[in-house]
Amino acid sequence: MAYDERVRRTKSGVTATGLGKRFGDLWALRGLDLDVPAGRVLGLLGHNGAGKTTAIRILTTLSTPSEGRATVAGHDVAAEGARVREKIGVACQAATVDGLLTARANLEMVARLYHLTRTQARQRAGELLERLDLAANGDQLVKTFSGGMRRRLDLAASFVASPEVLFLDEPTTGLDPRSRNELWELLRERVREGTTLVLTTQYLDEADRLADDIVVLDHGTVAARGTPTELKQRVGGDRITVAIADPSVGARAHTALAPFGDGESTIEAEVAREATNPQGISVSTTLPLTRIVMRARPGLRLVEVVRALDAAGIDAHDVSRRETTLDDVFLAITGPGASRRSAATEVTP
Amino acid sequence: MSARYLLADSLVFARRHAAHIRQIPEKLLDVTLQPIMFTLLFAFVFGGVIAIPDGSYREYLLGGVMIQSLSFGIMGPATAIATDVREGVVDRFRSLPVSRASYLIGHILAELGATLIGVTVLSASGLVIGWGIYSSVLGGLAGYGLIILFAFSMVWLGTWLGLIVRSPDAAQGIVFLVVFPATFLANTFVPLAGLSPVLRTIAAWNPVSTLAAAVRELFGNPTALPPDPPWPLQHAVLCAVGWSLLLLFISAPLAIRAFRKRTQD
Ligand SMILES: Nc1ncnc2c1ncn2[C@@H]1O[C@H](COP(=O)(O)OP(=O)(O)O)[C@@H](O)[C@H]1O
Ligand SMILES: [Mg+2]
Repeated sequence: MAYDERVRRTKSGVTATGLGKRFGDLWALRGLDLDVPAGRVLGLLGHNGAGKTTAIRILTTLSTPSEGRATVAGHDVAAEGARVREKIGVACQAATVDGLLTARANLEMVARLYHLTRTQARQRAGELLERLDLAANGDQLVKTFSGGMRRRLDLAASFVASPEVLFLDEPTTGLDPRSRNELWELLRERVREGTTLVLTTQYLDEADRLADDIVVLDHGTVAARGTPTELKQRVGGDRITVAIADPSVGARAHTALAPFGDGESTIEAEVAREATNPQGISVSTTLPLTRIVMRARPGLRLVEVVRALDAAGIDAHDVSRRETTLDDVFLAITGPGASRRSAATEVTP
Repeated sequence: MSARYLLADSLVFARRHAAHIRQIPEKLLDVTLQPIMFTLLFAFVFGGVIAIPDGSYREYLLGGVMIQSLSFGIMGPATAIATDVREGVVDRFRSLPVSRASYLIGHILAELGATLIGVTVLSASGLVIGWGIYSSVLGGLAGYGLIILFAFSMVWLGTWLGLIVRSPDAAQGIVFLVVFPATFLANTFVPLAGLSPVLRTIAAWNPVSTLAAAVRELFGNPTALPPDPPWPLQHAVLCAVGWSLLLLFISAPLAIRAFRKRTQD
């Protein structure tokens, strides 16, 4: 596989061979192989229950693997847990901050536990509060924090020791778009400084923007892997989306569109869309839309699609063309079962 | 994990507990205000009706309230560790280069400290209502030695409880359900002679009675023992030390094992 050729180990980042974890009868993770060279970014992508958290917990020594082995920064996670913990920073999926301490006290405590001196700890805490936009709330009890603020504090805690390898489990879940962009920038900065980053995400867009390599997990096993570009190539070119308000004409529209497609098209049942008035206030209508998503035949012009729909007497609510996203990759490899779920996450942010 | 950091790390964790208490002083209510309330209520409401053959009721009362209060000392460590384990903050600590033992040591130290604050407050309020140490300096020291030993075993017992229950609230419920009857069916507030025959037998063999009697004996307070008390009450100090050690040797390993189990995956 191209992935393996590309991987050349310079300094050790993260490796895994046949990593698996079993809970009772359920294999939460099975047969995970990784080889992340130092300084690169691996995105673990998958919907809920795919095994992302399980993988992160094993790699960060919080959980012991049922089979296989893994190394982080050159140390075996099972045999040399203590050495691994000196090299890593972790932000778990559920924020692990102390609600009964202030944000500053939380960071100072973590810094002290990384064995920084008291002065260093204070300085580092101040720096990180500043960088994660929490300076104004630094002396507030964390239990009064919003979900997003907790999240950022948790991330700050993972940065305390400027770790060699950083593990972030769904770092931007619950963040508003602005904080998300800021965090991405912060992570890119860390990576430029040489940090190896392993992050999990359900946001396909996020893996696309940050990761050098992506591993798509589905029900505990690797469904696909490669660079974002490779994955996109596998799934083909642009997508055409046609949205119709009247679901009864769905099948007709499907037929009308068939000649323009390249491969299969899918119908996504009634996706609720919120329409807000221009002022963004009070009036909001929710209209159910049926969306038909198809791979565009090479050289297709959008206007041909519009004309064909018109000729078939279909009143389309919206016709659009977009580049392939990882969402499409995900749909293509994990099948229609996943499509509904990802559509749901798209609509309810 | 370098052992040289063990102490330093434990102190960081202990300080964290102390900070919690500063943030929510209510956490200390069960070991401070509650025993003061019991002392005052019993001293003033029952003090007049309960006769103590070998001294005053107020002197008698303190040993009982002390042991009851220390028994309620299970609550603090139980709710604290149950909360930590549930809120996932322990995961944060486990991902840091510190030994898991330092978390537990810090927890025990802080909780023991909290109990000892309670002991101090209770002793002071005892002095105000007329309690005192009438034995000797050595007796007084031995009395507090026993109190600390018992407190230590209760902290471990509470820690174990907090680790096996599903939520902090459950721990609280269990403590109330067990400690209230256990500390009332004893010579805590009322001398054995004042109880009906069945209750008297239960109370006479209740370890709480032994502990209270031992504290009274060491402080030189009235014990109000019946003429022919059962063996444990005749050797109250020895048995109280025995009970405390037994509880400690059972609950500490159980707590450590439960902690390992709860923080494994
Ligand atoms: N401690 C556990 N006990 C039992 N099952 C678990 C446990 N942790 C995770 N699982 C199961 O393992 C699967 C993978 O979970 P997880 O790794 O959390 O997925 P993700 O993080 O991708 O959402 C899920 O089916 C989940 O229910
Ligand atoms: Mg997860």
